[in-house]
Amino acid sequence: MKRVQFSSPLLPYLFLAPQLAVIVIFFYWPSVRAIQSSFYLEDPFGFGSTFVGFDNYLGVLLSPEYLSIARFTAIFTATVTFFSLALGLLLAVKADAVIRGNAAYKTLLISVYAIAPPVAGLIGMMFFDQHIGPFVKIAAFLGWDMKVGLSYFDTAFAMIFVAVWKQIPYNFIFFLSGLQALPASVREAAAIDCRSGIKRFWTVIFPLLAPTAFFLLIINVTYALFDTFGVIDVMVKDKAANNPITLVYKVYMDGFRGNDIGGSSAQSVILMIVVFVLTVLQFRFIERRIHYT
Amino acid sequence: MIKQFSLAAISIALTATSSLAATNISWWHGMAGRNGEVINEVAQKFNAAQTACALTPVSKGTYEEALASGIAAFRSGEQPNILQVFDAGAATIINAKGAVVPAEDLIKEAGYDFDRNAFIEGVRYFYADSDGKFVGMPFNSSAPIMYINDEALKKAGVEAPKTWEEFEAAAPKLKEAGYIPLVQAQLTWQFTENFFSRNNIQFATNNNGYDSVVDTKIKATDPNLVMMFEKLKSWADQGYFAYYGAGWNDNQKPFEENKVALWVGSSGSFGGLQKTAQMPFSATFLPYWGSIAGAGTNSFIGGAALFAMAGKPAEENKCVADFFQFLTSPEIQKFYHQATGYVAITKEAYELAKSEGYYEKTPVAEVGIQQLMLPAGEWSKGYRLGFYPQIREIMEREYGRIFSGETTVKDAFDTIEREGNELLARFAKTAG
Repeated sequence: MKRVQFSSPLLPYLFLAPQLAVIVIFFYWPSVRAIQSSFYLEDPFGFGSTFVGFDNYLGVLLSPEYLSIARFTAIFTATVTFFSLALGLLLAVKADAVIRGNAAYKTLLISVYAIAPPVAGLIGMMFFDQHIGPFVKIAAFLGWDMKVGLSYFDTAFAMIFVAVWKQIPYNFIFFLSGLQALPASVREAAAIDCRSGIKRFWTVIFPLLAPTAFFLLIINVTYALFDTFGVIDVMVKDKAANNPITLVYKVYMDGFRGNDIGGSSAQSVILMIVVFVLTVLQFRFIERRIHYT
Repeated sequence: MIKQFSLAAISIALTATSSLAATNISWWHGMAGRNGEVINEVAQKFNAAQTACALTPVSKGTYEEALASGIAAFRSGEQPNILQVFDAGAATIINAKGAVVPAEDLIKEAGYDFDRNAFIEGVRYFYADSDGKFVGMPFNSSAPIMYINDEALKKAGVEAPKTWEEFEAAAPKLKEAGYIPLVQAQLTWQFTENFFSRNNIQFATNNNGYDSVVDTKIKATDPNLVMMFEKLKSWADQGYFAYYGAGWNDNQKPFEENKVALWVGSSGSFGGLQKTAQMPFSATFLPYWGSIAGAGTNSFIGGAALFAMAGKPAEENKCVADFFQFLTSPEIQKFYHQATGYVAITKEAYELAKSEGYYEKTPVAEVGIQQLMLPAGEWSKGYRLGFYPQIREIMEREYGRIFSGETTVKDAFDTIEREGNELLARFAKTAG
């Protein structure tokens, strides 16, 4: 393989500089500031700040409320990731098999992705509105007295529903293009060897799709942890009350609404560590099993 | 695109230079929709009335966002001249010594007289320090009042209740007539903060938090407050009270749809209700408990106040004082009162609106002012509690749990008191 060489050793750093500047200004610098202020108790206006060591962390980690929010975040992330991946894959496999009018199906499924999360939240909120929501009426018909905004479980259900609905098209696009990139010869050979479509899917097609699925897994976990903020904000209507929220929303509530800078910084550092650990685990244990072609 | 943008930039630059003679001052607020437009109209009126100062209002989103932007701007030295801060955020800004210039000092320094007694009773103390000096300039003020579905009361043959005892007696008849007897809109503001003021009960130690942040403790387990929520819960179980979550609109809607007999809303709600309510309605004071000695005192100002931020040149502060003076003039107060539904904050403005027959046409608009003007009690002035937005969130969470059956009233208030006191102790450390 031919190696590309730069004439001056400084030139590559020059090319990297804009990107590095962006990362430093928008990622490293705020992170360092967050870590720093997580050890202080600070007046929001910046008049007095006292070093308190790990008090902010202890306060957060010993609070039963925080732990219950963390538990919900774990359940929420797992459920949203699982259902949006599973349904996205199912729809992609089915759309891939359609021969007549497949462009129409694909466009219909993909177009939902163009909806911004707060708009999705808004539409979802109307679907689940206590007074006019059609889903609430359907639930009532089935004997489920749904009270989104009042009952913890019902709100959690509605949130997961909207978050999954919003993410399916994204997964669909990737799975579909992944499926279409599979060599036809492999599929045909598999079809000769095995009659069961389901077995063929799990033993041949899915392992070949694994790189796509792994990429989507990471993206979906991040989506459920962070990008669902807009959905949650709209669904709880600015008042979390006894409704379920995720850790990111808690950081926002304490930091931006409650003006508790030290406490919310500690929370965001905890969140950084969680995401870091999660990503390392994913790469160590799952990626090893994946074979890139 | 870029061309259009630069043209716009040039035209802005040109207009800026043309008004260079005037001192520019900025006003960040948290109002949107119609209320945001009215703020622009008030600023236009001020700019048209004089030439020395040019006021530019900027909407920063919600109340919380306005406060957060103001804080961030202050930390980087880019603060506006005037910042609107809502009731629950009052302790945050007032306890940050050096963040604001007290409105009363500012106005006096500019050479104006300042008469605290010109303001109506319920407005005077909430944004003032413990000596009664105005730190914030009360701006948009509202009070929790009870709206009455006239049709429902007529059908049930009952009078509007003045006390909760009267409500208890009337509730079965209202239910029989096919209505939900009672719905509220915000349990924290209406049934907690104003419960303490309307029934004249102490809310927190250290004179409701006004005297000091050190060792201030919230009295959430007050037996009367616990009793109020025990009652609400049992009313809910009997079908006399319905709770639709912490969202305001979810609770307002059933009243608009003529399903509810009595709805506790804001004095500012009537403008919207006039358009949306499907039945004739009137309003009366927020009920109190006849059984509590000394109850029936006034409620205090809700809404928000304007704060003059510190670190600004003297000529800009003079302009802010001019504007505050302009804002409290009876004509502007009357205009704002009638355009938004917020109550007039000065006695003179109230008298002016009254003399013009405004309240004969719209009697509901007078209820909030009258409630704020009721005789004050020792504990009806309001509260000054740090990290209060978060304490409210704890209350909202626990109240939700009460009505969804996840906790008991007693446990809920034990939790509120414990977590609330932890937050107050934290706040004392940040402010100390």
